[in-house]
Amino acid sequence: MLLTITTTHQSASDLSWLLHKQPDKCQAFSLGFGTAYVFYPQVSDTECSACLLLDVDPVALVRGRPGALESGPLDQYVNDRPYVVSSLMSVAISRVFASALNGTCNRRPELIDREFPLVAKLEVLPCRGGEGLLDGLFAPLGYGIEATRCPLDPVFSQWGESPYFSVALSKTTTLQTLLTQLYVLIPVLDNYKHYYVGESELTKLLEKGHRWLGGHPQREIITRRYLKYQGRLARRAIECLEEGDPSFQDIANPSPTEQQLEEPPKLNQQRMGAVIAALKAAGAKHVIDLGCGEGRLLRTLLSDKSFGRIAGMDVSSRTLERAAARLKLEELPDRQRKRIELIHGSLMYRDQRLTGYDAATVVEVIEHLEAYQLIAFERVLFEFARPQTVVLTTPNGEYNGKWAHIGATGKRHRDHRFEWTRDQFNSWADTICARFGYRARVLGIGETDEALGAPTQLGIFSQDINGGAQ
Amino acid sequence: MNIPIPNLSLVVLVGPSGSGKTTFAHRHFRSTEVISSDACRATLADDENDMSATRDAFELLHFIAGKRLAAGRLTVIDATNTKRESRKPLVQIAREHHVLPVAIVLNLPEKICRSRNEKRENRTFGPHVIRQHRAQLRRSLKGLGREGFRHVFVLKSEQEANEATLERVPLWNDKRTCHGPFDIIGDVHGCADELEQLLEMLGYLPHREGGVPHYRHPEGRRAIFLGDLVDRGPRIVDTLTIVMTMVAEGQALCVPGNHENKLKRKLQGKNPSLTHGLAQTMEQLDSLPDGTRDAFAETVLSFIDGLISHYVLDDGKLVVAHAGLKEQMHGRGSGRVREFALYGETSGETDEFGLPVRHNWAADYRGRATVVYGHTPVPEPLFLNHTVNIDTGCVFGGHLSAYRYPEREIVSIPAAQVYCEPAKPLEPEPSGLTAQHHHDSLLDAADVLGKRIIHTRLRSGITLREGNTAAALEAMSRFAINPKWLIYLPPTMSPCETSQLAPYLEHPTEAFDAYRTWGIPTVVCQEKHMGSRAEVVVCRSTAVAAERFGVTGEGTGAIYTRTGRRFFDDRPLEQALLDRLDRAITEAGLWQALNTDWLCLDCELLPWSVKAQELLRTQYAAVGAAARGSLSSAIGALRQIADRPDLDLEWTSAPGDSAHPADPGELLDRYRSRQARTRKYEEVYRAYCWPVSGIDDLRLAPFHLMASQGAVHTDKDHHWHLETIAQLCRADPGLLIETQHLTVDLTDPAGITCGVEWWEALTARGGEGMVVKPLAFSCRGSVQPAVKVRGREYLRIIYGPEYTAADQLPRLKSRHLRTKRSLALREFALGIEALERFVRGEPLRRVHECVFGVLALESEPVDPRL
Repeated sequence: MLLTITTTHQSASDLSWLLHKQPDKCQAFSLGFGTAYVFYPQVSDTECSACLLLDVDPVALVRGRPGALESGPLDQYVNDRPYVVSSLMSVAISRVFASALNGTCNRRPELIDREFPLVAKLEVLPCRGGEGLLDGLFAPLGYGIEATRCPLDPVFSQWGESPYFSVALSKTTTLQTLLTQLYVLIPVLDNYKHYYVGESELTKLLEKGHRWLGGHPQREIITRRYLKYQGRLARRAIECLEEGDPSFQDIANPSPTEQQLEEPPKLNQQRMGAVIAALKAAGAKHVIDLGCGEGRLLRTLLSDKSFGRIAGMDVSSRTLERAAARLKLEELPDRQRKRIELIHGSLMYRDQRLTGYDAATVVEVIEHLEAYQLIAFERVLFEFARPQTVVLTTPNGEYNGKWAHIGATGKRHRDHRFEWTRDQFNSWADTICARFGYRARVLGIGETDEALGAPTQLGIFSQDINGGAQ
Repeated sequence: MNIPIPNLSLVVLVGPSGSGKTTFAHRHFRSTEVISSDACRATLADDENDMSATRDAFELLHFIAGKRLAAGRLTVIDATNTKRESRKPLVQIAREHHVLPVAIVLNLPEKICRSRNEKRENRTFGPHVIRQHRAQLRRSLKGLGREGFRHVFVLKSEQEANEATLERVPLWNDKRTCHGPFDIIGDVHGCADELEQLLEMLGYLPHREGGVPHYRHPEGRRAIFLGDLVDRGPRIVDTLTIVMTMVAEGQALCVPGNHENKLKRKLQGKNPSLTHGLAQTMEQLDSLPDGTRDAFAETVLSFIDGLISHYVLDDGKLVVAHAGLKEQMHGRGSGRVREFALYGETSGETDEFGLPVRHNWAADYRGRATVVYGHTPVPEPLFLNHTVNIDTGCVFGGHLSAYRYPEREIVSIPAAQVYCEPAKPLEPEPSGLTAQHHHDSLLDAADVLGKRIIHTRLRSGITLREGNTAAALEAMSRFAINPKWLIYLPPTMSPCETSQLAPYLEHPTEAFDAYRTWGIPTVVCQEKHMGSRAEVVVCRSTAVAAERFGVTGEGTGAIYTRTGRRFFDDRPLEQALLDRLDRAITEAGLWQALNTDWLCLDCELLPWSVKAQELLRTQYAAVGAAARGSLSSAIGALRQIADRPDLDLEWTSAPGDSAHPADPGELLDRYRSRQARTRKYEEVYRAYCWPVSGIDDLRLAPFHLMASQGAVHTDKDHHWHLETIAQLCRADPGLLIETQHLTVDLTDPAGITCGVEWWEALTARGGEGMVVKPLAFSCRGSVQPAVKVRGREYLRIIYGPEYTAADQLPRLKSRHLRTKRSLALREFALGIEALERFVRGEPLRRVHECVFGVLALESEPVDPRL
């Protein structure tokens, strides 16, 4: 919450002209969430420092927030906002140093474009993503970076390190450039904003970043974080920046630090395709997708007239809301709307609403279940819902060895309770068939390795007409 | 004419327009019992004569009739009903709801009808309509019985119609006023030796008169026989004699079994196959001496003929039927009810032993009445969802069993021999679990989702909103442990009212005042341990876990958080802790003292850092680190300006700005005290952390002994809990810590002062604070089960490191406790209800409903700092 700008330019006090703050005064500005103080601890012809000290009022910060029960750092009074350089500092810069940030200086206009040797000290700056990101953001812009990490808790050194740094950035540049880049990059490093991000944020980013962001190697992550991961806004930002910068084309792929490396997108397509093929082969008309998530499979089913009634069930009501939005349920014509139903439910509970479908799909779901949950799921699906056909996919754990970043012993997702080998999946399928009177076929989906098999296992279970359940 | 009407029936009035049906209906029935087609027409079309609305009006009429009958209410249909087609759906509706259809026909002369209609202004149709109605009626009269009407009453004149009286009569199966006690006896199948032993064991004394034993219980208990007295066994005649005598003398009730039904057909001269033991019955009847044989057979026939399919007893709390009965059929009368009571529900298929595949109606049973039945032999009495099958296959060499009601005990006599080889061996459930536990491995979404109202002993009608149950479904499915372990979730706890004293947010005075205001004389103050809430269910063995909880392969218990999540991801550590606890309970002698093999303990598990590690790192320690770094640099900068001689040391604010400038010296002081406060904050959270490398670093502080076999201990006061737990703690002081406490008499000023000082000392030592509870555990009304008073320093980790600052504390004092308190009361009631239901052995869904309710209420948004 302390920003100190120092210059050794001759004469150093030019800084105060640009900042539009008198060097022999201490000034206070009220900012809604607290008070900003500006003062000069040091003024001479050879060196001049200006401090912007932000005194955040934590009570006002929490109280003033609508929907304060959403999760996030501001829900609690115990939060780091009063102590760190965050988006609150960006706001303070834009208010207290507005003229410098906008490049105006009525009394000494010749200073505006003059480059000074400047040092900005930020105490303390949260860097979510570590020192590497700090370098990644500022080094390409030509800053010298000195960063000291604050210990998390000296009494419990085993708890690891804190995300906070005392940072000094030095560069010979105009004050406006320095402030603009700080304005944008502080919240990017913090990866948090205390206010709602909308359309106007996009405009602000384009306005503040048009000179330097287009060519920045980390523009993808900057845009995404600045716009709080709102994909639509971020894509538009990139498009706009791209127009002004031809060099952009060579960075089509998102940066690997941000991209979930689980698997190439191709596999997902192959999996969905195989599920649809299995449904068609079984002649299934009415289909329920269990654990439908945001409705990727439902969308395909809905667009295919050979399917009749379609339902998606998920345990998260929020996910279902997103699915409804992505499927644009409210805008569908009546006849289409009647075909599809979203059900909030759980695979742990027997549920009347799951009956009456020809087929159920269970795509990449069971590996999230605990042992006792899997037992309940088996009965919910195969004993009570009892569709003619069940199409189920789950990872083949053996294949993980092919991915260096997971490794033979690793799992593809933190929440996976198990990733079965092909033998394990086959023997599970056999047990299901014997207990509930089904027949199973098992396929490998995706690029097949001779020794390790395919990345995804697909089981097609069909009710056995001849033999009943044991 | 006196017209007897069964209490629950569908009364169909039949008669031409103007025959006086409406008048008749209003004379004999409550207006709400009568559904008239005219009224339905008016409801839909604003005109009771609007014939275009007729079709819809009848749809509505049928709908209302169906709903009323489903709810068990007598219903009268006021419409002409002279056509067969219009009566047919009514008979259908009556059948669907297993209700007797009764027809009351007003067959009055045409001229009376006509003259009545002429007097009505709104009846514009001509006389031909009445003639038509009468013609239809004439054609119908004979066939009403065949159409399905069980009783038909025809009133032929105005006088008859006026003088008719109606009498409501209970159904034959309605014995709600018989309250027992009863001894309900399963399928005897001619095993009279065992029957005599069983009756004597149950305390019935035989008086022999004329060679016939007359059994009678000296305390007035009555026996109920569940049918299948005959066939297969060696002494069928004696069995029939004993039972018929008891029934005749009012010492017993008897419902028919399928074997009686078949015997009846045989005795009526029909020719059923002599299989399944009927041959033995006929043989034994035939061997009776010539003089008595026919008379006996006749007595048996009339006895069987008079048996009622099932009985509803004791205010509807007990139902008996040979093969059981689903809830919709209790107290109803129809052919299908009788069929079900005799044979159960079969799918029409047969299994590999050639026996009919039975639909397990008991698995779907949701009723509150206990249903006792037999019919299907089982190795042990089979309890499932408030039903019990007590046919323990005596004739197949099993047992003859009785269910004592209301004691709910089983008394059994082993068969002296195998009298008949069973077609299918009597084998216990392969999973080793009881039928109930096996059934309970799957819960039904319909029992938890949507808006729900739960009735608990402590608080009736707790409403769960739909959004909250949806949230709970997600929490339960994604994070909670096996629901079979979740027999209790603790309620949320409200803090005391905000303190009036300037430096405090919470202070004991308010807690004491509150309890005195609630009329509580004595409270117990308990040290509040700063760890994480842990609920512990511990069994003596895995066998006990299977027997009591129906859990296999998950060790001897579970330790879970207050939201039902597994406390330890490290399962061996969890089991090691449970083992330690088991040893301590053994050493303390609590298994014996409480006569139990499992316990449910409400505890705090320490240190805080073991569960809250992530939170500590990312939130508490992080805030400390940020404060440390930034405050010291701010202080450095502020000191530098103090060193600048040329500086104008007055703060100014920009024109129009409301900021309050301060002296830089003051600002420096302010930052120094900020630093001091954040250092205190670091000390606070550090006190609750220590490194944990294994079980020896863990501490468990139990403070409530919630339940054990057959008992929920909320009927005992907190002294009992603390003393019993103290015994336990002394058995393993390395792991278990006692809870310090102080009893305060709220009518004694000295005692109150003592309580305040006790809290001050506790918090001065770095304690979190205390919990104040009424001495008696369980309280009704608005008395909070517990109120917390947290220490001034501790609250830094709740309200912020610097909350004690003069510009923060006064603003934090406005807090709203109402929602939190109301939740605490409702969650308390639900938690206790869950335990009580579990201890009573109710099905898991009934326990789960309450625990689920606690989770649902916890999704209600409340200020998290309270």
